[in-house]
Amino acid sequence: MRMDLIQPFIGSLDAVLAEMMKTPARIVDLTMEEDGYRRKGLAAMVDFKGQIEGRIILDMDPQAAAKVVSYLAGEDVDPGETIVPETVCELANMVIGNAVTQLNDRGFEFRVYPPALVTADQCEKAGHDSEATILCFETPGGNVYLNIAMHYHARRAREHSPISVC
Amino acid sequence: MRQFEPLTRKKDNQPVRYLIVDDSVFARKSLAKMVESFGGQLAGEAGDGLTAITEYARTTPDIVLMDITMPQMEGIEAVGRIVQDHPDARVVMVSSVGYQDNILAALQKGARHFVQKPVKPDALYEIIRYVLSDESAATPVGAAGESAR
Repeated sequence: MRMDLIQPFIGSLDAVLAEMMKTPARIVDLTMEEDGYRRKGLAAMVDFKGQIEGRIILDMDPQAAAKVVSYLAGEDVDPGETIVPETVCELANMVIGNAVTQLNDRGFEFRVYPPALVTADQCEKAGHDSEATILCFETPGGNVYLNIAMHYHARRAREHSPISVC
Repeated sequence: MRQFEPLTRKKDNQPVRYLIVDDSVFARKSLAKMVESFGGQLAGEAGDGLTAITEYARTTPDIVLMDITMPQMEGIEAVGRIVQDHPDARVVMVSSVGYQDNILAALQKGARHFVQKPVKPDALYEIIRYVLSDESAATPVGAAGESAR
């Protein structure tokens, strides 16, 4: 997978966690998905289509998600509260939104779809033409996983590439 | 959350009233908390663009904070419909997707400004102050006192 395409997602998650949790996060593990993704906590998936197609899954320890809500509420929130999984969806939305904005600024065009909560324990393997990378971020509230699966459409990119005018 | 110098409507010195439109409950709560810290009042909430149009007509808020990616009707279409019916409407787009194309489309439909998620309270405060300043509708309480002298 092209690291220059993944980097905006990493930077975006880092920035979103810093803003929403007011705590630092660091990458402690990086693995490649082989047999489909096994959900670890509360997970939300966002699809995107265009010159780059794929999906990301943001997967958080319920305690980490509850910490975000607690910070907003100004009091401790139980990880079982209904707003907690909904918060994971919104965080996924922020992460992908910021990342695709950066990629769009570099000339890639795509459309982002609303986030959906992942309820299955095991997700289907990313498409045969997509590789999935799983990054684990450690935060004081718990671990946060970012699963990125994407496929770069070189032909579509060529079709949309700007024409140079002297 | 930090408390800001309250913004009030210049015409009657009352708190600025907000309509918050976002399909995420978390995002709505987060924004509501912010506008509260600006001294504002929540006039209404909506989870999609279609509901936002009816809520705008019902509550006639001073400011609309509008997400873009939503079910049923997206924010850019909703802002167009609201501004068409209410040309004085002041809509600030609040979205995680900050493409130039998106921003341009929203502005062309009549949005006054754009702020990217995650929203920083300081940035939103300044944007709201700027957006309301076009009719001198709102100023920080202290500043209003100074201008009256």
